[in-house]
This record gives sequence, structure tokens and C-alpha cells, in this order.
Amino acid sequence: MIGLEHYLTVAAALFVIGIFGIFVNRKNVIILLMSIELMLLAVNINLVAFSSYLSDLTGQVFTLFVLTVAAAEAAIGLAILVCFFRNRGSIDVEDVNVMRG
Amino acid sequence: MIADDLQTVLPEILIAAYAMLALMFGVYGGKDRVGGLLLWTTAAVFVAVALWIGYGPNETRTAFFGTFIDDGFARFAKVVILLSAAAILVMSQDYMARRDLLRFEYPVLIALAAVGMMVMVSAGDLIVLYMGLELQSLAMYVVATLRRDSAKSTEAGLKYFILGALSSGLLLYGASLTYGFAGTTEFAGIIAAVGEGDVPLGLLFGLVFMSAGFAFKVSAAPFHMWTPDVYEGAPTPVTAFMATAPKMAAMGLFARVVHDAFGGVVGDWQQIVAFLAVVSMFLGAIAAIGQTNIKRLMAYSSITHMGFALMGLAAGTAFGVQAMLVYMVIYIAMNVGTFAFILSMEKDGRPVTDIDALQMYSAKEPTKALALLVLMFSLAGVPPLVGFFGKFYVLRAAYEAGLGWLAVAGVIASVIAAFYYLRIVFYMYFGDEREAMDGGKNPVLWSFLMASAVVMVFGVVNLFGIEPLAAAAAATLVN
Repeated sequence: MIGLEHYLTVAAALFVIGIFGIFVNRKNVIILLMSIELMLLAVNINLVAFSSYLSDLTGQVFTLFVLTVAAAEAAIGLAILVCFFRNRGSIDVEDVNVMRG
Repeated sequence: MIADDLQTVLPEILIAAYAMLALMFGVYGGKDRVGGLLLWTTAAVFVAVALWIGYGPNETRTAFFGTFIDDGFARFAKVVILLSAAAILVMSQDYMARRDLLRFEYPVLIALAAVGMMVMVSAGDLIVLYMGLELQSLAMYVVATLRRDSAKSTEAGLKYFILGALSSGLLLYGASLTYGFAGTTEFAGIIAAVGEGDVPLGLLFGLVFMSAGFAFKVSAAPFHMWTPDVYEGAPTPVTAFMATAPKMAAMGLFARVVHDAFGGVVGDWQQIVAFLAVVSMFLGAIAAIGQTNIKRLMAYSSITHMGFALMGLAAGTAFGVQAMLVYMVIYIAMNVGTFAFILSMEKDGRPVTDIDALQMYSAKEPTKALALLVLMFSLAGVPPLVGFFGKFYVLRAAYEAGLGWLAVAGVIASVIAAFYYLRIVFYMYFGDEREAMDGGKNPVLWSFLMASAVVMVFGVVNLFGIEPLAAAAAATLVN
């Protein structure tokens, strides 16, 4: 029987993979965007699982909002990435280094 | 019913509708030629709405089944946000126009960010909170990248976007856990589910994740790493904007969530906020010492100041929230003046951001140097300037709430931070003779700089009556 815990575990695993994708990845900015998407989708699994468990629709409404915003966010991210590529001619994470933090 | 709801959110609807109309006007009415016109109109709309909200009826109203709260706290924050956004817009006009950056999208995006910020401070529900935060963030990502042909600006935008999206993800994960364990997304329901005393573990996780997300947005250490790079890379007016209005909004949101949704368990989030405060104060103070770029310096300075504002919040009392609000208003007033000065720093028509360029500035421009001296002393918290009273307030709030160690840490951090503010003053008055900067004769920037410096001196009389207003605002949030 698949219960709430299983869904929460999958979501937590996906979320952690997403965070690791951002911090460990040293190759490509596109992978960062994918990692961000993975994090948001993990949250969606959480919300839908809770929503079904609680028999409460709010979680699914929240999921729809998150999906919409994630799409807008990805569009803006890609637009910024295109601008960056035009200036630097590369989208390697190692090349994001004009300013040293 | 729905008419009442719409009445309550009318200020937000007005600005959102204005932003869309302005966008249409920009697209069909002459593109970037109308940029200046739109900029002035947007600033006027901000001021008008701020006056309307400020002088409106003083009552607490909710809309859309409690998901949107219009109380004294929200109104106070909204007035501060709108007025500071209008000030920054007016200040940026000349800088943007001369560098061919005055695109018509700029005021439109700022207007949309303002709507997001107003929704943030009025949020009464996790969904509304998320939508407001994202509207603000998405607009800010684009504005940070406004100078499309500059490697620095696009890199700043990229970093801001990646880390901002990461923080939204953390916040959202916390929100999903909170929803799951509280069974509702409304703050009123969450506070009932949290109760007093022991918090369920799931809600505690939710609180921690959400706090991490907020700490990103207020650029509190250890979630500050985007701040210096984004401040340095973004066009200076955008940096000025990021240092003022969004900080107030994020602080307001933070206060709103911890008091409205987790007000029953002050002890639990007090540790988190106190930790953020102490780390931010010290990290900001120490890391700023080696900086040579004034925009990076201001980034670390704002990290330190956010630490102080969080100290007020950490007190967990109405007086703490009042101290936080007073501190934020003073911080924004100081930053508007300081950025008016930074915007006027140029040589041969090119912006200068090197601190070295300020050497012996007092010999060339004694009035402006004096104004900057006042602002730097005020930022450092030297009595009797207004900046000192902001610090005094939060220290008192922390001390009275039994966080004596935090207050002591704050005093030590502010002594360390005084070093780099005073170094700028030292350069201006006792530095080496250098080829001086020219230009910087813009009357708008000059008036903002002088007004800010004068406020810092004469505000000591009664802080321009901001204390009772902040107290009334705090009283509506904490009860």
C-alpha cells in the first residue's frame, strides 16, 4: 500500500537532488534551470499528496499556481541566459565569473 | 461581498492596471521615446497611491476569505515601499537617460514589482504570499539585467535569478510542509494548528525552510551570497531600488508570517531570527572591510543593516516590530541619500564606483562631501544622528526581550562596521590628492542627497513623528 510517507519521501529526494544539482553542478547553466524545475516539481508532489491525504482542494489549487509561476520563471531564466550567452559566448557555469563573490 | 473585497485591494488593482496600460502605451505609443514620461507618471502614481493609503481610514479589513489583510502594519509598509520606489525612480531618470537605458519597460517593471511588494506585506495566506513574492522577484530579475549588452549586468541577473529561484524553492517546500501539517494555507488556520507550546515537527520544518527563503530575500547571512555580485553588476539605479523597497517588503513579509502564522511559538522562531541577525551583522561588518567598490560596500552594509532590523524582529514583541519598522524607515532614508551620491559619481560621463575616486573629494565639492559625511556617520550609527536612534531602538527591543547577548553582539558589530564608513570619510577629507571626479551637477540627485542628510540631522528632534505611527502599525500585527 502506497501511503503519504512514500510520496513525501520521493518529494524530499527530488528536492535534495535539485539542490545538489545547483550546488554541485559545474558544467552548464541549463542544468541549473532544470534543477530549479526539479525542486518546484518536488514541492508539487508534496502539495498534491497532502491535498489528497487531507481531502482538501487547496493544495491542488496551490499546485496550479506553482506550475504557472514556474513556467513564467523558466521563461525569464532562459531570456536572461540568452542575454548572457550573447555577451560571453558561453553558458558554462565556470564562465559566470566576471564578479568574484 | 465581492465588491467589498475589491474595494480592499483597490490600491493594488490600480497599480497593476496602471502597469498594463503603461505597457500598452509604451508598445504602441513610441517605445523608448516615452520612457521618461512613463517614469515620471509611475512615480506620480506611486506617490498618489501612497498618500491615499496613508490618509485612508484606519481600520483592519480582510478580503477574499482572509487571504488578504489590509491592516495598519500593511499600510505602513506600503507607504514606505511606494514612497521609496518613487524616490528611486525620480533619481534614476537622468542616469538612465544618459546611458541609453531609459527603456519604457523599466518603470512598468518597477510598478509590477511594487504591486508584488504590496501583496507580500498584505498576505494572509501562503498562496498569496508566494504570488506576491514571485511577482516582485520576477520583475526584479529582469530589471537587474536591464543593461542587456553588459557582461556584468547579465551576469548579475543570472546569479540573482538562480539564487532567487533557489530561495523560492526553499520557501515553497516550507510552505508545502506547513500546509500538510496544519491542514490549511491560511495564516489564521495555521496559528490555530500550531497552538502554544510544542510545535509538531513537520510545522517546525516548514518554519525553518520558509525562514531560509525569507532570509534570502532580505539578504541576511548565511543566505547573502547573491547580494554583493548583484549589487555590483546591476545598473546603479536598480541597485538603489534593490537596497530600499524590496528590503522593506521582505522584512514586512517575514514579520507577518512569524507573528500571524507562528505567533504562538515565539521561542521557536526567535532562535532562528536571532541567529540570522547575529551572523548578518558580523559577516556584513567584517566582509565589507576589504571592499574597494562602493556598490559592493553598500551590499555588505545592507547585510549588516538587515541584521540589525532582524534583531528587532527577534525580540518577538510589539515593541520589537515597532523598532524594526523604525529601523527600516531610517535605513531606507539613509540609503536613498547615499545612492543619490553614488549615482552622481562620474568622470568624463562614465560612472565611477571605486572608493579611491573619493580621495580629497572635500576640496572639490565641500557641500556634497559634508552631506556624505553626515550620511556615513548616520549609517555607522554615530550619535546624535538619526541612524543612532534606529540602532538604539532595536538594541533596546532585544534587551527588553531578554536577548542581552544579542544586543551586546550588535554593539560590537556596529563598532566594526564603523571602520569602513569612516574610511570613506577619511578618504574624502584626508586622502591623497587625485584627479577629481567631474560632473555630478544633477539638481535632482543633489536635492535628494541634501534632503537625506538634513533629515539625518534634524530627525533627532522627534524622528518626524515616525515612532507613534510605527507603534500603531506594530500593534495591529502583534496582539
